[in-house]
Amino acid sequence: MRFIEAIRSALGAIMTNTLRSLLTMLGIVIGVAAVIAMVAIGAGARNLVDSQIRSLGANLAIVTPGNVTQGGARLGAGAASSLTDDDAQAMRREVDGVVAAAPFVQGLTQVVSGGSNWATRIYGIDLDWFDAREWDVASGRGFDAEEIRRGDIVVILGETVARNLFGEEDPIDRTVRVRNVPFRVIGVMAPKGQSAFGQDQDDVIFVPLDAGRRRVIGRNYARDGSVGSIFVKFANEEDIEPGIALMTDLLRQRHRITGDQENDFSIRNLTEIANTATASANTLSLLLAAVAAVSLLVGGIGIMNIMLVSVTERTREIGLRLAVGARPRDILSQFLIEATTLSTIGGMIGVGLGVGAAYFVASLAGWPSLVSMNAVLVAVGFSAMVGIFFGFYPAQRAARLDPIEALRRD
Amino acid sequence: MALIETRGLRRVYNLDAGRVVALDHVDLDVENGDFLAVMGPSGSGKSTFMNLVGCLDRPTSGHYSLGGTTVERLDANGLAHLRNREIGFVFQQFNLLPRLDALANVELPMIYAGIDRKHRRERAIHALERVGLTDRARHRPMQLSGGQQQRVAIARALVNNPSLLLADEPTGALDSKTAEEILGLFQELNREGTTVVLVTHDADVGRHAGRLVRFKDGRVTEDSRQTPVLVPLAEAAE
Repeated sequence: MRFIEAIRSALGAIMTNTLRSLLTMLGIVIGVAAVIAMVAIGAGARNLVDSQIRSLGANLAIVTPGNVTQGGARLGAGAASSLTDDDAQAMRREVDGVVAAAPFVQGLTQVVSGGSNWATRIYGIDLDWFDAREWDVASGRGFDAEEIRRGDIVVILGETVARNLFGEEDPIDRTVRVRNVPFRVIGVMAPKGQSAFGQDQDDVIFVPLDAGRRRVIGRNYARDGSVGSIFVKFANEEDIEPGIALMTDLLRQRHRITGDQENDFSIRNLTEIANTATASANTLSLLLAAVAAVSLLVGGIGIMNIMLVSVTERTREIGLRLAVGARPRDILSQFLIEATTLSTIGGMIGVGLGVGAAYFVASLAGWPSLVSMNAVLVAVGFSAMVGIFFGFYPAQRAARLDPIEALRRD
Repeated sequence: MALIETRGLRRVYNLDAGRVVALDHVDLDVENGDFLAVMGPSGSGKSTFMNLVGCLDRPTSGHYSLGGTTVERLDANGLAHLRNREIGFVFQQFNLLPRLDALANVELPMIYAGIDRKHRRERAIHALERVGLTDRARHRPMQLSGGQQQRVAIARALVNNPSLLLADEPTGALDSKTAEEILGLFQELNREGTTVVLVTHDADVGRHAGRLVRFKDGRVTEDSRQTPVLVPLAEAAE
């Protein structure tokens, strides 16, 4: 019997018992739908988290001041500014693979322009900072070396701040007041969107490090040359681990920390955080695959069950087919194709449902849904294989029937 | 050479209760064009004989050839091929597939003969013509009377132009009038040259054949020519 005809005949048999066939497929449908949806949603979520974390900048480590003990009381991280400009310069100079070390100070402030004002985060930065964060100026210009050195009162606005203070107008060369200090706007940053923690990264203004330290933020940075944190950017991902070790030694030495004294700073590898997030997403995918395998297994057993019932019910049909000239292998392939058709249709319905669910969830959550063609092909192929595997035993039982016995059966 | 030739045909079943000799040393020739009625009470071996002649089973010992082919040497695929090409079965319970219409049921043996769709359709229509059922081609078995169902089954048996039509109690599930029509159809097909072997326990049915073979305890006890009771043509054609 030709293949196409076998499939047509299998479809006929499946359609004779539509409800039963649908119920039989259900295990496969649910399994495949779950896999497709979860893989797509997972990929979408991972993609989002990934791009948010990477939006900090690639191959980045951050040095923050650590806990300090003052008169017996341990103060929290960042309570004291143990880091300085010189630390940053030393790291840039002495640690291999460091391409930028950007010290900065930060604080919260009110920005005023004419009649409008806006509360935002202010960063005092140096020349390396935008390089480290891989962030560009969209209009106007960035700071030049002289402005940084002198601590000029010039400002670059984040996109959100520019929009809230100036609307559609061009803010370049306008003046904004921060703590009554008039800053001239020289640029507006390109929008960067939300951070991994849901913060609007564009709700920010930038001033030269010294201007921020002296005129605006002040309080914690009383000691001359002290900074809040330092972004350190490496040339390659492989440089980060050894670089952090070197930086730790260097800072301990510079801060005169000896023996088993605790560090007064901490260094975090941001790329590693991103990789950890990716790795946990991969673990999740593996878990999903395991769940999928179990549900396909259950679906396959359902198919085997119903095929055994079908073989018993259709014993006379099998006997008749054998009598009119079907060979055992014709019977085998007939039932095998029937089981495979059943499971493949189930798989395709599952793909449809899964894709639908993925788009639905993605549109609710507001991230891109990534239905991968590979996942679809693997799911359909896998369900076909489930049909062949679990259909084989019933089909073989059908093929081994004795025609005389089979014809006599009621 | 005879169409069917059996020499010392023997079939022994090894059952839990012991060995049962169902057929014991049967020598029988059936010529091309014969209309043979095989009769006997249940347990006489006539069903075993039919299964062997129909290539559904193989003898324990002895020889059987059908149209020159030595059957006991064939494997399962060889038997299937022979059943497909040389034998048309007609059963008491018709054995039509309920989800297929009459035409598709008649096409079934040709699927296993590897005939393409177009030719299958043509030949199936022709076979339904021969049994007088062209107007019922698209009906399913459930929509047909018993007599019509048996006609569809006969069309299915004829469609591969077999040399032997093998009928097992073909009128057992029909009322006497319909039974007469079906027997008339067999007589008509026989006149056109088809060899018919009809297995029955009913003496009335047996009288329609030109030759009568009686089985008892696995042996042939009677083999005689007789003048068949003819069904009038008009009635058969109805």
